Amino acid sequence: MPEQRIKFYQTGTYTAGNRLLNEEARTVQSRMDRTNSLNSGHRACQGCGEALGARYAVDAAMRAAHDRLIAVNATGCLEVFSSPYPESAWQIPWMHSVFGNAPAVASGVAAALRAKGREDVKVIAQGGDGATVDIGFGCLSGMFERNDDVLYLCYDNEAYMNTGIQRSGATPPFARTNTTQAVGETPGNLPSTGKNLPRIAMAHGIPYVATASVADLHDLEAKVTRAMAVQGARYLHIHVPCPLGWGSDPAHTIKVARMAVESGLFPLFEAQFGTVVDRMPIRHKVSVEQYLELQDRFKHLFGPPRNTDAIAAIQAIADANIATYGLTA
Amino acid sequence: MLAQIEGSQAVAESVVLCRPEVIAAYPISPQTHIVERLSRMVKHGDVGRCQYLNVESEFAALSVLIGASATGARTYTATTSQGLLFMAEAVYNAAGLGLPIVMTIANRAVGAPINIWNDHSDSMALRDAGWVQLYAETNQEAADLHIQAFRLAEELSCPVMVCMDGYILTHAYEAVDMPAQSLVDAFLPPYSPVQVLDPKAPISIGAMVGPEAFTEVKYLAHHQYLRALALIPEVAGAFAQQFQRLSGGLCSPYRMEGASIAVVALGSVIGTIKEAIDELRLDGIAVGCVKIGCYRPFPMVQLRGTLEGVTRVIVVEKDLAVGMGGIVSADVRMALQGLPIPIHTVIAGLGGRSIPKSSLKQMVQDARAERLSEPHFLDLNRTVIDNELMRRRDQRQAGPMAEQVIRAVNAIGTKVV
Repeated sequence: MPEQRIKFYQTGTYTAGNRLLNEEARTVQSRMDRTNSLNSGHRACQGCGEALGARYAVDAAMRAAHDRLIAVNATGCLEVFSSPYPESAWQIPWMHSVFGNAPAVASGVAAALRAKGREDVKVIAQGGDGATVDIGFGCLSGMFERNDDVLYLCYDNEAYMNTGIQRSGATPPFARTNTTQAVGETPGNLPSTGKNLPRIAMAHGIPYVATASVADLHDLEAKVTRAMAVQGARYLHIHVPCPLGWGSDPAHTIKVARMAVESGLFPLFEAQFGTVVDRMPIRHKVSVEQYLELQDRFKHLFGPPRNTDAIAAIQAIADANIATYGLTA
Repeated sequence: MLAQIEGSQAVAESVVLCRPEVIAAYPISPQTHIVERLSRMVKHGDVGRCQYLNVESEFAALSVLIGASATGARTYTATTSQGLLFMAEAVYNAAGLGLPIVMTIANRAVGAPINIWNDHSDSMALRDAGWVQLYAETNQEAADLHIQAFRLAEELSCPVMVCMDGYILTHAYEAVDMPAQSLVDAFLPPYSPVQVLDPKAPISIGAMVGPEAFTEVKYLAHHQYLRALALIPEVAGAFAQQFQRLSGGLCSPYRMEGASIAVVALGSVIGTIKEAIDELRLDGIAVGCVKIGCYRPFPMVQLRGTLEGVTRVIVVEKDLAVGMGGIVSADVRMALQGLPIPIHTVIAGLGGRSIPKSSLKQMVQDARAERLSEPHFLDLNRTVIDNELMRRRDQRQAGPMAEQVIRAVNAIGTKVV
């Protein structure tokens, strides 16, 4: 057994430290034999939620695949900060093609493995929210609809961060980005419904869809592990705060992510074949205001004058999520 | 074995003889018969463990092959026109990554106005994407070129487009000699990739390259790509030996002995040109033609060697660089630079306009008499043009051009008849 373990002390968060768990339940990251698939030395910003999410997700996938894993990456922060040649942070076979085709490239990898009788090798594809909900959406839907044997990981930081913080289809209402600036009569993003990709993925009836957050890395690893045990198209949508784009303190990445979950704005659930089968109840409910206040991208809502309508509209989204997914139970 | 089959069926069977492992396709006329046949053969179990993916776009089709090829599979797709342009980003990407994908282009015009008939606008638009571009004259050659294309692609680590004229070849029935599987197997060894995604030896493919190395990477790609100019004749030679017929090659002369005029062209129109030349030769006109079989990389030296003895060159091309003129002829001019040879650009066959032998013969006569405009549009309906230009001059809100021309052509047609 591992001699040295990473221990998690998340004081004041109701999270059990890793050392309190039995060995089997401990995180993949706490094991000496973790693969460091996304190795240290890459160029992500301080407090990058995506780097953290990817590290946990890919290592968990590697463990589940008995180290036989191929990763396809869309263009984006993760791709750029991990692969400025001759440096590559990837210790696994990894491929980047273009921005909008990662799901199709992954389908191709899976098809080639099938043609060669190498079903023992598993395939993941990963991209940010722009690559997933916008430019790669067609390819993703095709991959789902064909039920290709790929786990797609979306690291959602709610805007195009790699190009300098522009609005994506996953940017929340009222959020300030560089293409939805906090000026004019309706500052920030459109008060639109956005694009709820986990629900769209579920509508394809694929075997596994889940949401996860870097606020709960045990849960993230567990969902990757469960997803990897399933054959066919699988989708995991991971909420990853971006300190640079959100205007939050790099030291608060986990805290901000947790507030998103505990306010109800980012519900954590699992679905099989289009039906929600499990959800993570909120243990310590917070108002959306407490979440929004931590981020400069919502600063304009707090005035002067304070935009009570906008804050109430965001609270209504959170309340609706809590009701829809039964998050208070 | 000789078979009286459609061009698309011949190509599909030829691809199957090459033992592809992953095929991905999205339907677009006139490519459909190729991929329909392939899907049937794969599903019927005639293609081993080959995977056939029905995808949601051409962009996805090529993207699937990018992933499959990087995983070490022999890959194939077919497309045309709007589909080729829709996958353009992936077309460049496949070449940049050095993936030996083979793709048939069932050449078709590019809209607007939407037009499903043949010309070379589609493949010409992507001529500089880093793919080898081969153009078939006949269905036999189209079938043969696919077998050569896989070998070329895999030896060069470079993707290859086999271009065949939409409808004119894809939908034409003629006798095609389909080779035996054993001969193809002997000619085309199993794919052995130079790079492969493998958990046993992990590599990163598609990493970011900055200004400090991008030029060198591109230079090496160019250098590698130019190897095709040596390899294509070699592969065509090996093919001739194995299958006992000539197919492919960089450029092929026809009746160029003693020719003072040379007609240069690509694709199926070469057949009509040859017939026109035969008749002109009977009239005592010393004319020959050169078929460009490989357009990219451009066989600069070989073409110059073939053409340097003539006194006049006419390039017949099924494309138009709007605001410039000819695309192929610009390259031919480059090949012949410094030589005192007049070079005419003749734009012909756009959007499926037929190129009759009589027009080609007239074209040669007009060239000799210095009556060709530059560029010259073969069989242009001057009356329609003049009327429309006048109408647009007089009327600011002249409306959409394509619809007006269609109406005008119909009106004139009824009057003339």
